[in-house]
This record gives sequence, C-alpha cells and structure tokens, in this order.
Amino acid sequence: MSTVTTGVEVVDLAVTPLRALNQRLHDLAREEGPTHWRVVNPNGAHAIACGLDADVEVEIEGHAGYYCAGMNKRATVRIHGNAGTGLAENMMSGQVVVEGSASQSAGATGRGGLLVVHGDASARCGISMKGIDIVVKGSVGHLSAFMAQTGRLVVCGDAGDALGDSIYEARLYVRGTVKGLGADCIEKELRDEHVVEVAELLKQAGIADVDPASFKRYGSARQLYSFKIDNAGAY
Amino acid sequence: MPTFEPTPGLRESYLYDRNVIAEIQRAAREGIYDIRGFGAKRKLPHFDDLLFLGASVSRYPLEGYRERCATDVVLGTRFASKPIHLEIPVTIAGMSFGALSGPAKEALGRAATEVGTSTTTGDGGMTAEEREHSETLVYQLLPSRYGMNPDDLRRADAIEVVIGQGAKPGGGGMLLGHKISDRVAAMRNLPKGIDQRSASRHPDWTGPDDLEIKLHELREITDWEKPIFVKIGATRTYYDTQLAVKAGADVIVLDGMQGGTAATQDVFIEHAGIPTLAAIPLAVQALLELGMHRKVQLIVSGGIRTGADVAKALALGADAVSIGVGALIAMGDNAPEHDEEYRKLGSAAGFYDDWQAGRDPTGISTQDEELAARFDPVVGGRKVANYLRVLTLEAQTLARACGKSHVHNLEPEDLVALTIEASLMARVPLAGMQAPLLDEIADRVAARLREE
Repeated sequence: MSTVTTGVEVVDLAVTPLRALNQRLHDLAREEGPTHWRVVNPNGAHAIACGLDADVEVEIEGHAGYYCAGMNKRATVRIHGNAGTGLAENMMSGQVVVEGSASQSAGATGRGGLLVVHGDASARCGISMKGIDIVVKGSVGHLSAFMAQTGRLVVCGDAGDALGDSIYEARLYVRGTVKGLGADCIEKELRDEHVVEVAELLKQAGIADVDPASFKRYGSARQLYSFKIDNAGAY
Repeated sequence: MPTFEPTPGLRESYLYDRNVIAEIQRAAREGIYDIRGFGAKRKLPHFDDLLFLGASVSRYPLEGYRERCATDVVLGTRFASKPIHLEIPVTIAGMSFGALSGPAKEALGRAATEVGTSTTTGDGGMTAEEREHSETLVYQLLPSRYGMNPDDLRRADAIEVVIGQGAKPGGGGMLLGHKISDRVAAMRNLPKGIDQRSASRHPDWTGPDDLEIKLHELREITDWEKPIFVKIGATRTYYDTQLAVKAGADVIVLDGMQGGTAATQDVFIEHAGIPTLAAIPLAVQALLELGMHRKVQLIVSGGIRTGADVAKALALGADAVSIGVGALIAMGDNAPEHDEEYRKLGSAAGFYDDWQAGRDPTGISTQDEELAARFDPVVGGRKVANYLRVLTLEAQTLARACGKSHVHNLEPEDLVALTIEASLMARVPLAGMQAPLLDEIADRVAARLREE
C-alpha cells in the first residue's frame, strides 16, 4: 500500500483508495507520522489531500481533479501537474502550489495561506476570497475575484472580463491587460507600499523574474457598499 | 393596525385594496423594493386544507393517554457513519447569528437540546455559544461561505449544503448594514456596516454533477462521519430531489414558499416558489421512484405552526419537519407586551415583520447590544422547548387517533382534503370522495356511455 523511501511516504493511488490516503493524512492532526508525502498516479482524482491540518508536505506527481487541498490548514501541497475546479477552496493556512494550470474557482473563499499557480488559472480565480493570498504566474479567466472580501490576488499575466465584480476590500494586482472590470472595481494608484507588497508575495511564490513595479492595482470603489437605488443601474 | 369600518357606498377595490395602494405609494416615495422578514403572508393552499380520518369501525385507534406513540427519527443513514438520532421529528431550521442576536441563537440551542432535537447554524458561521448550548448542531454550507471553516465542519453533527430557501428560491442572503456589528463583520470578513448581499450561486460548483463531487469532498474532509443534508427551496421539487439524491445527499431539506426569512424582497417572498403542500408529494414521489424513501430522509419546512401541520407533513411522507418562524414567535417575537414599541416602529404586535431593520424590541432579530440584552436565553429557550413539546404532543394525539404506534406510520391514506386545490396538490381525495366512491361514480358513467 505504501513504502518508505528516504523518509518520504509514497502512496500510489493506483492501488491505495483515496479514502485511505486522506484518512492517514487526517490522522496527522492527532498523531505523529511522516512529514513528507508523495502521491503517485493521482490520475485526476477528486478531493486529494483535502481537509489537512498538519505541518506536512504533500507532493502530487500528476494531475489532480476537483477540490485538491480543499480547506487546507498548515500543510504544503505541491501539484506537479494541473489541478481541477476548486483548488484549495476555503484554504485556512499553509501553501498550495500548482506547477501547471488550475481550473475554475481556484482559491475560492480562501481565508488564509498562499496559493501559487505557475500556469494559468481559469474563471472565478479567487472568487469570494476572504483573506487568502493568490499568485498566478500566467493569466486568470473571467469573474476572477468576484465578491472578493479580503486578501490579495497577484496576476502576472492578463485578467479576463469582469475582474473584481462586487469586490469588497481585497487588493488585486495585474501586470498584463484586464479585459474588463466588474461592478464597483476600479484601478487605483500603485504606491510604494503596494510595490513592496507585490515584491513580498512574488518572493513567497518563488517568482524572481517579474518586476513588482510593473503591476497595476485594482480595488473597490466602495460605491455599492450601501444599498442605494441610484446604484441599481450598476448591475 | 388601525381599523376602519367602511360605510355602505364606500367600496374598496378588490384589485387595488388598501395594502396595494399603500405599497404603490411606498414605492413612489422610496424608489426601492420593499425588504422585510417573516414569510409569505398571502393565503395559500396549506395543511389547514387537510383533515385526518380518525379511527372508527374500519380502523381502531391507540389509547390516547396510555399507548406508546413513538416520535424518534434517525437522519443520515445512507452514507454517514454517525447518523444523528432525534427524539422528536421537529428540528430547528437554519437562522444566522447576524439575523438573530446571540442570546436568541443560544435560546434555540437550549430548546433543541432540552427536547432532544437539532438546531442549525445560518449564513454567518457557527458561534461558540451556539455550539456549547446545542447537543446536536447542523452546520450550513452556503454560497457565501461566511464563517465556513474545517474546524467547525468537524465540530458539527451534520452538514447542510444550502442551495435554496423557500422564501427566496434562486436568491442569496441579505443582511442590512445596521445589523453588521463588529462581531458579525469579523465572522463574515466584511467591512462593518455595509449592506451585505450574499451570492446566490455556490462559488466552486455548478450543476448536479459538480454537486456530487462537492459532497464527496465534504465527506472526505469529515471522514465520512457526518450526515450531509441538501436544502432546496421548493420549485421544481421532483427533479431537484432526484438530482440531490443522485449527488449523494443523506437528507433532503425541502423548504416551501411559506418558509421564513430574516430579510428578503417582499416580491420574492410572495411570488417565487411553490407551497409546501404541493412540494411534499413531488419530493416523496421522486424518492419512491428511486427506491430511496426513508433511506434518504426528507425534512420539510415552510409554514409548520402546529402539531397538526407536523402530523400532516409526516403523513404525506416527510421524516421530520423544521420550524423557524414558529420558534421565533414562541420565544417572544410579536408578543403583545411589546405592542407599544412595535407601534413606534410603525407596526403592531401580530404584524411586525421588519426583522431586517435590527430594531426588534424583543431583542431577537437585532445586533443592538442593548436590545439583545433584553432577551433572556434561558426563559426564551424554555418557551421554545415548551412549543416543541406541544407540537410533538399534538402530532402524537392525531397519530394515535389514526391507530399509529409511531408518527412515521401516518400515511396519505389517513388524510382527506377540504378543497380541490389541496386535494390535487397533496394527492389525497376530497373529503367524502374516497377512492371506492369515485370508482363507483366512474363505473356508472362508463355504463351510461356504453348504453348511449
């Protein structure tokens, strides 16, 4: 079922049921165990390494399906492949890194921790984010940061239509073009403290070849916070 | 409300009655739709239009004061390793801390625990007080995901994935600025005092196939221990029930259009969804066709006021019911002793529905600390517990009269309808028109047609 090689616990999802893997990872919240895990043959399985609550590192050697590392706490999850919908949804803390691209709703409603997507993220990246930091080396799709509440989204490439629609207090940084801004989302001045903030996030994400001063900043115009009839046309 | 007796010759329009006129005037004055709490106020076909056929010569009853009529219910037997066991088939529906004050939420927990049933969180997360005072607590996962975290998920006794609400099927939650206190704002990661309008779609799944994967994730996170409920507002109930079962729900929570809300547009409350009475047979039919009736449990809410309503919902095939508005009234909402204060707010005891406004003199639907402090959660909890006991006793009374040793043994055959609408919706015969008589009439008509 699993073998120990050089201190790394290897779990082969071609032979081990997903339930068994997740149960063992969950048990680490209560008991001692391996701190470095490799999951081989993920074959796009859903809910791999979701609900973790331990200081461990999990490497997934291939593509992951929906909700990989969902609701993650403390753990570092690296996907050496692409990830499906809802990657690291509602993450609390820790770090999730995808070497490939991520499908829709990456980092949705995340409350903390860092999500790094080295490829592109699809639609609704950072939807309803609540404190998470997300760094995307490539581009993000439409309706990214929809109703984003707090946290920071850094996009080194382009953003699709309706970026930051109905945004609250999250801070968005996009280096490339933005196809369109959503309701109540406006471009704001990129001041020195913002360049420092972007530089810090890029550093945490391990991205060295991007100039932090080359981003534009977006955030809430705060015109829709109070429900006024004069704003009805905004929707 | 002031009363006015029109003298002969003064004729009020049926189409433009005083309420319609007042609403047009309000709309012209304010330029925004009316937002309020409570549930549908219009007259709808409901459980009042059904009657039980008590036992007689053809059936015999149970001894009303002596023989046991069980009321327990187990929820989540399909997949969960830890189903929840309730002593009565009446649960408390999801109502948020934010919509309700902390003491009011505590009272619901106390009441549910006292009588052995469950209570439910709401669109705002789980409070420590609520968890502490609730023996069995259902944790809602809503589109907004306000207050959602894996620790509370694991602390919960069941998870309720909310897709819709009877008062506003297709709509998201709403909490206006005067109820977004520091604590509510912190729990929801929102700026204080904004008008919160929640999303109506879940952020990380779309459609029934995704829902199946989402439920699987929740099961994995909680190690397949917790029952997962799926709550739907009653609309296309037959299809929604089948799809929720297919997606892997342990329990379907079906909220009819009479279900309450803390804050929604009046037009939504009154004009979207179908009545509870019409929805139950659709859900039961869907479950029966899938061979899942009683395997996937059905909880029905939306206008459950009395033990008769409880018994009728169960007879139509529900496993349990859920109450919201009734519980608030039991703990003191709209109580006559507050009439003077209600009148200062432009309402009156018996009419108050401005739960969105946060100025509730009872301290129930408010985040104002002074108002909330008026509400005693021990006394309020006791009242709700009493009400839950009465609902149960009344349901048992009717069940025993129908000869049932468990309230779940009530069945549609025990019911007749008073109106054609109720008969068609509930799929029970009009009183006096039971099947053998209808067959006889049909036979006579057929015979006459043959003669002709």
